[in-house]
Amino acid sequence: MQIKEKGEWKPKIVAFCCNWCSYAGADLAGSSRLSYPADVKIIRVPCSCRVNPMFILRAFERGADGVILCGCHPGDCHYSTGNFYARRRMTLLFSMLNYLGIENGRTRVEWVSAAEGAKFSQTMNEFVEKIYSLGENVRLGDLRCKN
Amino acid sequence: MQELITRAKELLSLGMVSRVLGWRAGDLSYNPEPAFFEKEEELGKLVYDGFCGANLSKYMIEASALPGKTLVFLKPCDTYSFNQLIKEHRVDREKAYVIGVGCRGKLDIEKIKAQGIKGITSVSDTGLNGEDEIKIQTIYGEKTCTYNSALLSRCHVCKGKEHKIYDELMGESRETKDAERFDEVKTIEAMSSEERFAFFQKELSKCIRCNACRNVCPACSCRKCVFDSTKFDSAQKANVDSFEEKMFHIIRAFHVAGRCTDCGECSRVCPQGIPLHLFNRKFIKDIDEFYGEFQAGEDIETKGPLTSYTFEDVEPGIVKERG
Repeated sequence: MQIKEKGEWKPKIVAFCCNWCSYAGADLAGSSRLSYPADVKIIRVPCSCRVNPMFILRAFERGADGVILCGCHPGDCHYSTGNFYARRRMTLLFSMLNYLGIENGRTRVEWVSAAEGAKFSQTMNEFVEKIYSLGENVRLGDLRCKN
Repeated sequence: MQELITRAKELLSLGMVSRVLGWRAGDLSYNPEPAFFEKEEELGKLVYDGFCGANLSKYMIEASALPGKTLVFLKPCDTYSFNQLIKEHRVDREKAYVIGVGCRGKLDIEKIKAQGIKGITSVSDTGLNGEDEIKIQTIYGEKTCTYNSALLSRCHVCKGKEHKIYDELMGESRETKDAERFDEVKTIEAMSSEERFAFFQKELSKCIRCNACRNVCPACSCRKCVFDSTKFDSAQKANVDSFEEKMFHIIRAFHVAGRCTDCGECSRVCPQGIPLHLFNRKFIKDIDEFYGEFQAGEDIETKGPLTSYTFEDVEPGIVKERG
């Protein structure tokens, strides 16, 4: 584990993972001894379509530098169609955030199945790297929530 | 205008409708307000002129709960909102008697003021059969300006003068469209990320959270609104910082995405002059590009783009690829 030095910036990354595929995928990554950065905080949701656009905004408000949503592959949703709706919503939301001038790379959607521990670890590594290159999120945060 | 009053009186006296939903003169001659008329003698106060921009379809929600039929006057663009409300089971088609009224575009008093005409006391000749030049009485005497130069910006990108739903039609319309609907959105999209951020920061910082945009919007008709929830820390108060400004406007626009008919009422009522339609129109443009052309309120059956899906939909990563 890295120790945070004084003044050194560490990103905060929120990952919404669906209970049936991606959360199990994260579990598999762990039991397969695949590493992913500790900056990623996983929030388990019943389905990717449980994620309201508000959740994503709220994460940024509370100081997240990146938000990633993981769900079952399209067609494999535990509830048959949830991720199809999530896909449309997130496409529109991300496009709106981009339109408002929020950096593109801070949001991402990735489909990760329960058997894809390696993909989970790889995705998270890539995403964290991307956030490191973008730096701290200053455009969509609440000043009162900054420490 | 007189023929509207005559017809409304006729329908009231025949007992075909129990009340009339129209516009009545406000405290100034250029701000008529929506009103219900229940008696024939009250109908003398009904007006229909160039300033009757208010979309009456949302008032049909409360009228649907009242006994008897309501006569409602709808302009062509209002009929889209009315259809959308029928689709969402918010108004009862059986309770409405729709008279589709003609439209030659609606006026924006701010556009007249911007032409240097100040101290306005009254504006005349703005009815359907009025001249191309409108007469403005000011404390400095009579001034004139052309009807076209004072149009609301939404009328320059009019969806067409065809009524999508009606029981009868009255009055002639005149075409007002002279610009492309998505041009403004395209201009902003062409800016760099920093410029866009600065642009919206500047516009949204004007927001005083009066909620007028939400209250007037025919698509914002939930019985319980997220912005009224006391469990939610942005209810009933001014925005505290730039995050709350953005959040309110993103969420407001997102909640009507796929249902917004682009009637432009939000921008018309904003006391701070924030171009709120830019948010709604961005969603409409994206929906058209990603999921095929869709006009909310075109009919009462088609499923909305956010309540349907296809297996081959684009992935959210496309936003990044498009840049």
